[in-house]
Amino acid sequence: MDLLQEMSEALQSGNCEKVIALARQAVGTKVLPRDVLDNGLIAGMNVIGDKYKHHEIFLPEVLLAAKAMYAGMDVLRPLFLKDEMPTLGKVVIGTVQGDIHDIGKNLVAIMLRGAGFEVVDLGKDVPAEKFVEVAVQEKARVIGMSALLTTTMPAMKDIVERLKKRGLDSKIKTIIGGAPVSADYARHIGADAYGYDSVNAVEWIKKLTKKS
Amino acid sequence: MTKLLERLAAGDILVADGAMGTMLMERGLQIGQPPESFNLKNIGVLGEIAREYLGVGADIVQTNTFGASRLKLSQYSLEEKVEEINKNAVLAVKKAAAGRAYVSGSCGPTGEFLKPYGDIEPKQMVDVYEEQIGALIDAGVDVICIETMTDLQEATYAIKGARKVSSSIPVLATMTFDSTPKGFYTVMGVSIEEAAKGLETAGADVVGSNCGNGIANMILIAQEFKKYTNLPVIIQSNAGMPVLKADKVVYLETPDFMAEKAGKLISLGVSIIGGCCGTTPAHIRALRKAVDTGRS
Repeated sequence: MDLLQEMSEALQSGNCEKVIALARQAVGTKVLPRDVLDNGLIAGMNVIGDKYKHHEIFLPEVLLAAKAMYAGMDVLRPLFLKDEMPTLGKVVIGTVQGDIHDIGKNLVAIMLRGAGFEVVDLGKDVPAEKFVEVAVQEKARVIGMSALLTTTMPAMKDIVERLKKRGLDSKIKTIIGGAPVSADYARHIGADAYGYDSVNAVEWIKKLTKKS
Repeated sequence: MTKLLERLAAGDILVADGAMGTMLMERGLQIGQPPESFNLKNIGVLGEIAREYLGVGADIVQTNTFGASRLKLSQYSLEEKVEEINKNAVLAVKKAAAGRAYVSGSCGPTGEFLKPYGDIEPKQMVDVYEEQIGALIDAGVDVICIETMTDLQEATYAIKGARKVSSSIPVLATMTFDSTPKGFYTVMGVSIEEAAKGLETAGADVVGSNCGNGIANMILIAQEFKKYTNLPVIIQSNAGMPVLKADKVVYLETPDFMAEKAGKLISLGVSIIGGCCGTTPAHIRALRKAVDTGRS
């Protein structure tokens, strides 16, 4: 079997050791690190994302595959010039202030990295200003906000408004997600998109970063 | 008061209470504040809420301890208050119930993943639940309710924690399912069959589902539970799924609608019927009526 295909499959079954070994083997030969990333790791995560979307697999399989993906990325990172992995763009994400639920947000981070985005994960209970500050600092193209609680949703509106006030809303796009929010709510607060699950969030972020 | 499990064995149908979070918000719970903080500073409110549900005929009233495990409380730097938070919640509800209803100690998920998906070792998970459930039982709860679980392994460790404290306390265990094109599964991929059999094997006395669905789906879930277990089944339905109306989250299933549908739960042989997110004392009053009518 093709080495990268084998790596993609090892990643899908969450086999960290095998992914690390194959990544080392691949970069030891003449395969470009970029190819390993795209056709090994990202290809594997694409399959995982797709299967998750279609309920063929559940959270545990995704979490294990993500571990394998991170392990593979650690092997590749030193091989890219200037310490920079090729990226589709930078996304700042976090769970909004007052909310400590981060499983959904973490899943989006996994899927984004798996799709080739660079993710700055601010964690949970993140103040509105911090989203904006870090996004500007990091030259991020998208801010992703998550909330599980109906009580913390208004914080999303606050973040979108802060961007608008500073005229940053054309440069930095916004996407929201989480159990209580909806496409309607995104429109209502002026966010650019709503991701109904982690895979859908990545699809939207791809669209948002393409336009600008 | 007759023991809960004896009543269920005799074919009684019991009514459990409804939502807690929304009741706390109406009474001043602020954004970002853990609901359990009321157990330290606003204990009076806990009795008040319990009395509302008791007043409409709930047979089982829950403690405000859904997130009162060490792991969850540590998110708010309250991990050293596990005992106090659990104890205060029980005492407040117990006083309100005054022997007229069963006091159920609520235990929600820790919010952390077990290895290999996360960092928590099985032993630590058992310990965390043993500590919380120990505090609940010491303070005098009548039953333990392990609820809103999505990981069968975590639920199993929670039940194990309960059994380490007491071999006789009734343990209710419920999981939360999503409707997928392939049937009902938790986000961790647990089917109803696996849940029913797994929770029973782990030592639960009553199994079922809470949260995540409105009552129409809960009827389907109850049907499946009855297929895979002979234990009594508990169903605590949301008042539908949350929808946004003018910046406010609302649940659209009315008390009458839920009560009408509850007839189906009764005919399926569900033993405990209660509410979850979005249900109010009005919903519980309607469910009470449905149960009383369905029984006679």
